[in-house]
Amino acid sequence: MEPLSWTAIIGLIIAQLIPVWIGMLVVFTLSVLFKRSLGLFGKPFDSTIGMIGFALVLFWVFTGMFADMIITHDPLAQVSGMKNKLPGTPLPDGYEGYAYYLLGGDNLARDVFSRMVAGSTIVMQIAPLATLFAFMVGITLGLPAAYYGGKLDTLLSFLANLILAFPVILLFYLLVTPEIVQTGLPTYMAAVLFIFPIIFFVVLWNARFFTQPGKRAAYLGVTLVIGIWIYLGVAWNADPLGIISVPSNILIVFVSVVFVNSPTVFRIVRGLGLDIKTRDYVAAAQTRGEGPWYTMLWEILPNARGPLIVDFCLRIGYTTILLGTLGFFGLGLAPESPDWGTTINDGRRLLSIYPHPAIAPALALMSLVLGLNLLADGLREESLKD
Amino acid sequence: MVFLLRRFGVMILTGLALAMVVFSLTNLEPNLEKVAKFEGNARMTDEEVASWLVKNGYSQPMSKRYAEWLGVAPGWTYTDEDGKVTGRCISRDVPAEEAPARCGVLQGDWGVSTIFKEDVRGIIAKRLWLTGKLMFWVMLVMVPMALVMGGLAGMREGSKLDRSLSTVSIASTATPEYVSGVILIAVFASAAVGLKWFKGTATSAMDGITFENFTLPVATIALYGMGYIARMTRASMTEVMTAQ
Repeated sequence: MEPLSWTAIIGLIIAQLIPVWIGMLVVFTLSVLFKRSLGLFGKPFDSTIGMIGFALVLFWVFTGMFADMIITHDPLAQVSGMKNKLPGTPLPDGYEGYAYYLLGGDNLARDVFSRMVAGSTIVMQIAPLATLFAFMVGITLGLPAAYYGGKLDTLLSFLANLILAFPVILLFYLLVTPEIVQTGLPTYMAAVLFIFPIIFFVVLWNARFFTQPGKRAAYLGVTLVIGIWIYLGVAWNADPLGIISVPSNILIVFVSVVFVNSPTVFRIVRGLGLDIKTRDYVAAAQTRGEGPWYTMLWEILPNARGPLIVDFCLRIGYTTILLGTLGFFGLGLAPESPDWGTTINDGRRLLSIYPHPAIAPALALMSLVLGLNLLADGLREESLKD
Repeated sequence: MVFLLRRFGVMILTGLALAMVVFSLTNLEPNLEKVAKFEGNARMTDEEVASWLVKNGYSQPMSKRYAEWLGVAPGWTYTDEDGKVTGRCISRDVPAEEAPARCGVLQGDWGVSTIFKEDVRGIIAKRLWLTGKLMFWVMLVMVPMALVMGGLAGMREGSKLDRSLSTVSIASTATPEYVSGVILIAVFASAAVGLKWFKGTATSAMDGITFENFTLPVATIALYGMGYIARMTRASMTEVMTAQ
């Protein structure tokens, strides 16, 4: 068979991505129809840049979700004779399955297109969740630091600066070395970091329903049961039901990323908190006799949501870059893993002769981060307007 | 003045704490075992590892070893059965009788790398100088370009020029070095595209910087930082332009 032309390659890739197009079409139609009633979520649809950003992000979200339907080959399978083949090369005669390597083969004769698509699943699984955890940690520590000030603030700020002063790559190298994993340090860090979401929600419901014991008990009960169940499974790999378990190398990557991100979130929340706590409505809540945690979580936090959501978008992009860095340096993730950092590093060695295996994941990573940054820009511009 | 002194104190404290964290992470039990097997031989038994650690001063508590490394506590010494004295500050050039009591970072003795077989100070100095040269050129390219970009974009907020320059700066902050590096090499240095304007590796830049071997590394690092500075400049520029 003849190798495909570039037009044919692009056509086949678009055909392969049909589930993504359908998903994007549905979301866009619904969002444009109901954008007035969506609040902040509808905001990016008013600016072209925000819309482009949203489309890019949505594209990768759906690609990650439907990866199993999109990939043309097993991302780990090697087909002999396909090593470093250019995009559009047909597979050798007699091979069952999809007839082409759409974006060529890498230096181990694996399909570049399938690996890139499978890589998006890894990013989509880790990056948003890790950012969310970092926000929980940052908010739970940042609000009291801003509200109480004094010694607590000094101590927490010192610790945050300490982590920020740490060179990220050195920290990653130290955390993922097998010797340190052996000592259990990453597990202990996971145990500490993952308890913050539980604390956050417990305090949140407790402050809200303090005067309604029935409702409070219900909310707290549900939060604690689900929270502790997930906590045991994720942090200690000791889920009593045996449903939740996280591979240990993914956990280490997750912990490192949360650990590096949370001090920055802490500083942002602290800064916002220091500003907002001087406002009149906070004084009003204090005069009403509301407790400190109610004031923090139900008066200060909702009024800081604009900048926090914008930063959340930016930070998912930053987390994606960090994940890529980890993969690029071969830290944590398995060497044959299809994540973008690892594939870029694999392709780097033969870059000046066969650039295609490295270019595909590089462009993928860039477009996702660009999308998140554009979305954040759109959100910021629109939230400044009101 | 008090503020400056206090900041300086916090800085030193942060540095000490950071050094301690790195020191204790690298000096954990399994890491020491790895060092012993690397220095001795890979098939050492547990007893041999333990005795090697004792002979080389690694069996002391972590805090003591950190203090020795800093140079505030006297270095360890070890006398074997034959009465031969070894110690932290004792080496082939410095016999036991003349060896100083303390030798650490504060005394200017930063140790010897077992991997490079070289003085740590020399290793750091060499790389610092090379990094410094790279950073000098990065700054020289990045700052003026970012200022021009941000300045032009901020002159008329919302204009076409502002839109396109802002998008470029967002794109540059969205491209980490390992992505832009790959793209730049593929475009400007690979046989596939065929431009081959620059070299894809900067190894030869250690001996002499040329336009050919230094453009791509400088461009890669400058790109990532440029967008950020340009956005900051744009923000201050629009503020000045809208001021009454």
